[in-house]
Amino acid sequence: MSLDYKNDGAFHEKVIEEVLAAYPEKFAKRRRKHLTVAKPVADASETAEDGGTVTECSVKSNIKSLPGVMTIRGCAYAGSKGVVWGPVKDMVHISHGPVGCGQYSWSQRRNYYTGTTGIDTFVTMQFTSDFQERDIVFGGDKKLVKIIDEIDTLFPLAKGVTVQSECPIGLIGDDIEAVAKKKAKEIGKTIVPVRCEGFRGVSQSLGHHIANDTIRDWVLDKKESDYEPTPYDVNIIGDYNIGGDAWASRHLLEQIGLRVIASWSGDTSLAEIERAPKAKLNLIHCYRSMNYICRHMEEKYGVAWMEYNFFGPSQIAASLRKIAKQFGPEIEEKAEQVILANQPLVDKIIAKYRPRLEGKTVMLYVGGLRPRHIVTAYEDLGMKIVGAGYEFAHNDDYQRTGHYVREGTLIYDDVTGYELDAFIQRVRPDLVGSGIKEKYPVQKLGVPFRQMHSWDYSGPYHAYDGFAIFARDMDLAINNPVWGLFDPPWKAKETPVLEAAE
Amino acid sequence: MPQSADRILDHAPLFREPEYTELLARKRENFECPASTADIEAQSEYSKGWEYREKNLAREALVINPAKACQPLGAVFAAAGFEGTLSFVHGSQGCVAYYRSHLARHFKEPASAVSSSMTEDAAVFGGLNNMVDGLANAYSLYDPKMIAVSTTCMAEVIGDDLHAFIETSRQKGSVPQEFDVPFAHTPAFVGSHVDGYDNMVKGVVEHFWEGKERQPNDTINIIPGFDGFCVGNNRELKRILNLMGVKYTMVQDASDQYDTPSDGEFRMYYGGTKLEDVAAAVNAKATLSMQHYCTRKVLDYAADKGHMTASFRYPLGVSATDELLLKIAELTGAAIPEELTLERGRLVDALADSQAYLHGKRFAIFGDPDFVSGVTRFLMECGAEPVHCLATNGTKPWVEDMEALLASSPFGADGKVWQGKDLWHLRSLLFTEPVDFMIGSSYGKYLERDTNTPLIRLAFPIFDRHHHHRFPLWGYQGGLRLVTTILDKIFDKLDADSNEAGKTDISFDLTR
Repeated sequence: MSLDYKNDGAFHEKVIEEVLAAYPEKFAKRRRKHLTVAKPVADASETAEDGGTVTECSVKSNIKSLPGVMTIRGCAYAGSKGVVWGPVKDMVHISHGPVGCGQYSWSQRRNYYTGTTGIDTFVTMQFTSDFQERDIVFGGDKKLVKIIDEIDTLFPLAKGVTVQSECPIGLIGDDIEAVAKKKAKEIGKTIVPVRCEGFRGVSQSLGHHIANDTIRDWVLDKKESDYEPTPYDVNIIGDYNIGGDAWASRHLLEQIGLRVIASWSGDTSLAEIERAPKAKLNLIHCYRSMNYICRHMEEKYGVAWMEYNFFGPSQIAASLRKIAKQFGPEIEEKAEQVILANQPLVDKIIAKYRPRLEGKTVMLYVGGLRPRHIVTAYEDLGMKIVGAGYEFAHNDDYQRTGHYVREGTLIYDDVTGYELDAFIQRVRPDLVGSGIKEKYPVQKLGVPFRQMHSWDYSGPYHAYDGFAIFARDMDLAINNPVWGLFDPPWKAKETPVLEAAE
Repeated sequence: MPQSADRILDHAPLFREPEYTELLARKRENFECPASTADIEAQSEYSKGWEYREKNLAREALVINPAKACQPLGAVFAAAGFEGTLSFVHGSQGCVAYYRSHLARHFKEPASAVSSSMTEDAAVFGGLNNMVDGLANAYSLYDPKMIAVSTTCMAEVIGDDLHAFIETSRQKGSVPQEFDVPFAHTPAFVGSHVDGYDNMVKGVVEHFWEGKERQPNDTINIIPGFDGFCVGNNRELKRILNLMGVKYTMVQDASDQYDTPSDGEFRMYYGGTKLEDVAAAVNAKATLSMQHYCTRKVLDYAADKGHMTASFRYPLGVSATDELLLKIAELTGAAIPEELTLERGRLVDALADSQAYLHGKRFAIFGDPDFVSGVTRFLMECGAEPVHCLATNGTKPWVEDMEALLASSPFGADGKVWQGKDLWHLRSLLFTEPVDFMIGSSYGKYLERDTNTPLIRLAFPIFDRHHHHRFPLWGYQGGLRLVTTILDKIFDKLDADSNEAGKTDISFDLTR
């Protein structure tokens, strides 16, 4: 049910030029390479996954942010501790260095999990080595040894420990790998040293990669497992269970007859990570943050991988069929049954919300996946994506983006605070989806907003159960009466600049 | 299928539906290799006891759930209290994303700041180019009146020299020659956000005051300190000062920056101490701090400049406000107007009306040193008993202060001061020596869940309740808000404990 529309590319080109004019010349030149408008592709033989138009939206990406521009990006530590390792629930993750990084990321990513926190699970706790000046001067390895002992004493049911390096660790020459090896032997548990110091790389992205590599180097193949595989075993990879996303997805996969033997890394246990190479297929949700380990598992264990998309009924159905195809007619049949069984729910949701959302325009700026993945879910509700960009995407993500976004869509990589504000003011979308730092500036403009990292404390948004919530949330954001209260009745409403509307 | 278009279930009800509880049980059983239920129960119980408490308190290296943040957060907050000021944090960029998120989540407001985005090459060669380019971009894009530079730990570890870097940037034309770029070194591995606040405010006043001839006048300066309630508190304080007719300068005031209206405009800069007022503040007669442990360095500096100085410890309630007003009156010669006397009487009236519910209630308090001190004093004034007083970022002098404070009242007899301890320590304390209520930040909700100690949210950060920070806690009016917030929790608890029909509802009283 994809919509057919084009965005006003010429207007977007003009907006890009306006924005660049604010920079010192040297930096305008560099920023220009990160901003574009989606173009039609000459070779129409290439068709998109959902059958829509394929566009070309490549920009320079995954390169250093300019100093002083108010990049929205985070760091490698955020990519490792905050994204990949943090949700692993039965291990203790030490934020190794000063207190801040662990404090600001404490409980902020809504990686839902089950367990008794502080006893057998530890996700919503902040463990830190709280570096002091003496640790910087004399090194923190001895402190780390003591910390691991203290964890072992106070949290005997923890299955292991990861050491999430903050900036100073790599600068002062600590040898956390040596400590990890020694202590792992002593306490008989998995200990993973992660070199995710915040100054490494250009964004969260390198942290994902480093964290993936540590799974390969410090977890896989380290223990014997007596697990008996079945032909229907799959892993969910790169779903962090924000608001329970991975559970909604798991529910769907189980319904079509598959066994999810590991869920990385939302609500995951160390055992699930260890066992993952025994699966038949890796189903990868967030390609950006976990493609590395999928490629490794393919190479080393012959586990095939495929991307899927459970946002919105069009993509859910397409993905279920694609997944089922890997497992033969029996599973394919079940997939068709599940799609059919959910159709009445989908129809009712769309009947309820589409009339309230039809034609509304959306700008997205999120991490490395959602600005493309969630496009069709909006279109299922009759909404149009007019702008999309990523904090830390690479070239292959922008290629994939072309499978989703329409001609004329404004594309912005590593957008700066200035640019995003200007784009929103000029384009005046009906909804912006981005993060907490963007939420309040956007809302002040009178533009409805949803946080699309944390689902704005809602969710899940994956699968059929999640689509209902997604539709409800977009409706409540856009159609709340508060947006009509901004202008005091005693003040004449200023005539808006008309250039933006077309 | 639990989901329906008529009644859409989000995470809270959805995962309690049987489809999901069964799914989660299967996942656990078949795939997670969990610890045994017996082991979990045994460890749960063990973690509540005295033996665990002793092991827990014996920790020397590991910090768990601390109630403190790092210096640059305080610096960014401080900079937000000056007119047209953009925070520029020199070092890794991820840190700035964190400060902005943290402040935005508490205030539900925009929190702007830029980073110099240092990466590996800067780690090797130093961050001079990042400073030069960063100041140029920040100045061009965001049109600030002032850029306040602080540092992340990366820049501190490699030893970047802010003063030299800023001067070089000036020479290279990143900002105009006369443009104000105060700075403060704010290493994350020293002290906490309260020290970052101190250093940044000192950096700003030093920038304007250094080398200036002081021409004393009769104004007073007031530095509010790091305060999640700055929106309500600073406005209340200004109202009081205006009522008294005092000439004053708030040195650092983020009350407007963190409370901008929704009217179609995004105000990146709003309110704050005017730069000319900061400069003129060198001439003040005195500098007062509302939070001693947030302002030790800047007060010393003001004293060096010849100011009389005095500091308070997050004054709350009747007697602490009395002291504040008397000090202001003493310094300025202003009379305390009848209106404030009336307000005082109303607060005393409220405390008298409610004293039966406050008297003898036992409390745990955690937060920044000044906050803990202020709340402790107020509770004793109400006849309540502070039992566990904990500041992860407390210092030895704070302990001495607190011990003297507790010793000053019979209601402090059971009070213990926990300096440098964290909320996992507090968990053990609450299990082994339980109290009736706990006052602190949103982080206390995990303690509330584990120990059933009701949490009263009065300290930064408050992420999971909205708008409390818009109302003052300071002054007599603030005292009303404070006591009402505490009483609401007390009454809610009384009702919750007596509302089971036919069982506990004998005492489900209509009037309390």
